[in-house]
Amino acid sequence: MKRRVVITGMGICAPNGIGLSAFRRAMFQGVSGLRHLPELEALGFRCQVGGLPQVSEEHLNKYFTKIDLRGLLSTGLIYGTLAGMEAWADAELPLADPENPDWDSGIIFGTSILGVDKFRESMLKIDAGNVRRLGSTAVPQTMSSGISAFLGGKIGCGNQVSSNSSACSTGTEAILMGMDRIQSGKAERMLAGSCGDSGPYVWGGFDAMRVVPSTFNQTPERASRPLSATASGFVPSSGAGALVLESLDSALKRNAPIYAEVLGGATNCGGQRSGGSMTASNGKAVQRCISDALKIAGVASGEVDVINGHLTATSRDSEEVLNWTEALGLKGAEFPYLNSFKDVLGHGLSASGSMECVAAVLQFAENKIIGNRNAKDLHREISRLIDPEKVPTENVQVAPNVIAKASLGFGDVNACVIFKRFDRDSHEKH
Amino acid sequence: MKNTESYKEVLEIISPYLPEDIDPKSVTLNSHLIDELNINSAHLVDIVLDLEDRYDIQLEDDDMQQMQTVGDALSIIAAKKEK
Repeated sequence: MKRRVVITGMGICAPNGIGLSAFRRAMFQGVSGLRHLPELEALGFRCQVGGLPQVSEEHLNKYFTKIDLRGLLSTGLIYGTLAGMEAWADAELPLADPENPDWDSGIIFGTSILGVDKFRESMLKIDAGNVRRLGSTAVPQTMSSGISAFLGGKIGCGNQVSSNSSACSTGTEAILMGMDRIQSGKAERMLAGSCGDSGPYVWGGFDAMRVVPSTFNQTPERASRPLSATASGFVPSSGAGALVLESLDSALKRNAPIYAEVLGGATNCGGQRSGGSMTASNGKAVQRCISDALKIAGVASGEVDVINGHLTATSRDSEEVLNWTEALGLKGAEFPYLNSFKDVLGHGLSASGSMECVAAVLQFAENKIIGNRNAKDLHREISRLIDPEKVPTENVQVAPNVIAKASLGFGDVNACVIFKRFDRDSHEKH
Repeated sequence: MKNTESYKEVLEIISPYLPEDIDPKSVTLNSHLIDELNINSAHLVDIVLDLEDRYDIQLEDDDMQQMQTVGDALSIIAAKKEK
């Protein structure tokens, strides 16, 4: 039998809250982290709304030394460090002593691109003939494994320390990769998560592709409208989420807090065939990913209480809902509750999966399902597929037991993970 | 030499790079930057840039290789400033 894997710590650095308690409050009260950004307006962006964590000096000084902070321009590295270090502390795990790495603990912490602003600084210096002035920080802040490497050093991890990259499915994929490592007996604990840089150089490409909304620049909190008839594109965002995954044995042995069990999940790719492309999903692959995830998790579709979709607020939301109904074989009133957190978080790109998984898992402890804040005008095609009551616009007082979370990314890649409430008392009785 | 203005300035530049368990007060002219003060070797590059900024000099690869101790740094700076 495969080893069971649980979540024993979480950390978050999101546009609407840094740290679990602020984030929990924001998510359950529907506080938006999206803002009008004058910088984007000045640069003539179509979408002048974005999401970026409000990092203070206090946050920085908590985890970065004075030397770390010199020339620190990699926003993704900052967000990932805040989230990763919080998760580790939240799991009540120590930092390794100065001489001995923790051989049983590793990290899979992904990103799409890291340290864009640092790269820009380097490019300007290089173009001015000043390569010698880059200093020692240009590489560690811009290599894509910069975040896993930095966290690995702070914590002292001696197991696999790596960084995955699969566009907007990165965060959810990281959890599944971390889980595999524990299930296969190669590690006891894996810090899994993802981060994403903020700013015009990251978001510009999406602006140019015209997949972002342009008519909500003065009403930022209404700009990201997943599942809505008036959804007109995703709002670029950034941040980081982190989860400490641990073998159940190890977690019980050290009497660790347990947020939930990760039952399993699946990743796949639509091969950019059958309607799939670099930017669009092959629906068959999405369905297959969801059904594989349920099968691997040993969960019947009727047991899923709530789905946290990828649902970015583009015209493709209804296709995604169709894929869920097909994969689960459920529609109308039989369909589980459905939410998207991108209404308040925006689309955190490589950070989205991990930030949203943290929020999804918080629903267990709160015994509530988080409502969709901008979906009062539910898209007509979606209301044809599922009962509109299953897309709640306010929190629902229902304690979920099983949550399915999917993330889809450019390259036609998909990831779906199944979380289950962990009941320590009933576990101990068995 | 330890009481000179230059020594104080160099110590000020080096101090931020010292690991937490090294007391800046324990630094002497003979302290080896990497072996004794445990300064991360990658950070030597940053120290060199900081020294360049402070004294308006340019330190070459050879200078950096010769800069093993705090005293070495002082001599190299003094030599460069004379030029």
